[in-house]
Amino acid sequence: MTFLEVKNLTKVYETGFFKSKPIVAVDNVSFTVNEGEIVSLVGESGSGKTTTARIILRLLNPTKGEITLNGESIWNIPRREYWKMVQGVFQDPYSSFNPTPFYKVDRLLRMPFKLLGTKPDIETISHALLSIGLDPKDVLGKYPHELSGGQRQRILIARCLIVKPKLLLADEPTSMLDASTRATVLNLLKNLKKEMKMSIIFITHDIGQAFYISDRMIVMYKGKIVEQGPVEKVIFEPEHPYTKRLVKDVPKLYEKWEDLYIESK
Amino acid sequence: MSNKLLEVIDLKGYWWTPTGYVKAVDNVSLSLDKNEIVGIVGESGCGKTTLAKLITGIVEPPLYVMGGKVIIEGINIFEIPGKELRKNVSGKLISIVPQSSMNALNPTRKIIDFIKDVVEEHSPGKYSEEEIVKMSTERFEEVGLDKSVLDMYPFELSGGMKQRAVIAISTLLNPKILIADEPTSALDVSTQKAILKLLLRLREHLNISILFITHDIATVRQIADRIIVMYAGKIVEERPTEELIFDPHHPYTKGLMSSVLTPDPDIRKRKISGLPGAPPDLRNPPPGCRFAPRCKYKMDICLEKEPPLVSYGDHSRIACWLYEKKERGEST
Repeated sequence: MTFLEVKNLTKVYETGFFKSKPIVAVDNVSFTVNEGEIVSLVGESGSGKTTTARIILRLLNPTKGEITLNGESIWNIPRREYWKMVQGVFQDPYSSFNPTPFYKVDRLLRMPFKLLGTKPDIETISHALLSIGLDPKDVLGKYPHELSGGQRQRILIARCLIVKPKLLLADEPTSMLDASTRATVLNLLKNLKKEMKMSIIFITHDIGQAFYISDRMIVMYKGKIVEQGPVEKVIFEPEHPYTKRLVKDVPKLYEKWEDLYIESK
Repeated sequence: MSNKLLEVIDLKGYWWTPTGYVKAVDNVSLSLDKNEIVGIVGESGCGKTTLAKLITGIVEPPLYVMGGKVIIEGINIFEIPGKELRKNVSGKLISIVPQSSMNALNPTRKIIDFIKDVVEEHSPGKYSEEEIVKMSTERFEEVGLDKSVLDMYPFELSGGMKQRAVIAISTLLNPKILIADEPTSALDVSTQKAILKLLLRLREHLNISILFITHDIATVRQIADRIIVMYAGKIVEERPTEELIFDPHHPYTKGLMSSVLTPDPDIRKRKISGLPGAPPDLRNPPPGCRFAPRCKYKMDICLEKEPPLVSYGDHSRIACWLYEKKERGEST
């Protein structure tokens, strides 16, 4: 069942004093996300994936295009109600914490209750923390800088869990994490899909991660969608030349690029 | 001396903090031969960037050298006074492509003016302006940049172009050793591949030896002759590349490799577990093996006594009690 539908989305940034240089960051993008599905948005830097995410999160207004949630235009839903259904986790967990080091992690975890309009309750917080593999004793009462990168990123996911959104936009959630901690976060997202039927848009430049986690894959290049389909099809039978190159240029652990040596001479 | 170009012996580099020294590099020994590419792999906080800093010899507080030597062409660089080091060693014998090389260029100056500053700093009065322009043009062409780039400002360049420019500038004075600290990590995959190709070409054309520092084992395996794996400030394993990739010994190396996600068909079928836990606090590392708290093969001895880094063949070393006896049996 289609949950989110994005239709002909376009975002043009104007720069310069006299609006001389329009930059088309997102160019006529259309896709859908079903209930309980992980869709990854893959592309290199500047391909428009983060802009797309920010528009869906209603942090930016599009120049053109429609987005519907269960058939209803998202701009007609009151913001508060919308954000109860749609939440985001970002690349740099630090940027989501208050920059002043005086607030403890607890405060951040109490914030979702404001959105929900209920009283903060420690049980819900503890439950959310436990479900992502963090011991509440280890993190509550601490300051953000006292936590490791993996812990910080997981706390932001815990915050989302308290809200229990229907759709989660995860924008490069693992790019600041080490390979060994990355797996924990990816497995966590997979579980959310399975257990809570959450839909997830996973944004990344890393084909390996997208391949591991998602059901469908959308490849963006210079603001446009160049290819989309089931993950296995996009990776193993790519059609667009850009996707072909992207898949070919991912370094593989068990395969040595012999062409690298020949061409370097 | 043998044909070892660079030799690091029992190097210790600690960062001072108000709550104690962080033992970021602790008793590290390694060597680099002529025309060789060695990869140093490890996760954040394992001391690989500190090691790169120490090897260049430019050590500033709060980083302190607490022991050991870095020998380049028979000379311990810590015994060379700072001024002489900058003039005769940095850039000429050994050069570094720093981690955030995107920001290494001066944003307010044209590339060519920046190069003039750098050359003047390392070889005052040695080259005329025309010579510098000629040298730079040649080297920029070698790395695949048009000479018009010299007259641009850094903001006009893409990430890949900036990385090429920094590599060109670092090798301008023909150093013998290039330390590349995460040279590909902020780049797109196709640009990454081009940078790897470039490093191989530099080795071919300039006879340069490269220490390639990265967290990405799948990238470094493409170009390194051998790989050194670091964990929590120490070397845990060293092996020739193909051997390490197809038959890793140390539990940490195994864990690191099993968490690499590449688009292989079977990856989707199994669950990638990663490694539980986090690296130790290097102000106060555990008494035994530093990896023991996260290791699924740990034995009693691992928590009590630190495993020595045992050599057992050509560029093969391991620090693990599991292999201690077996390897020793083989070598005697």
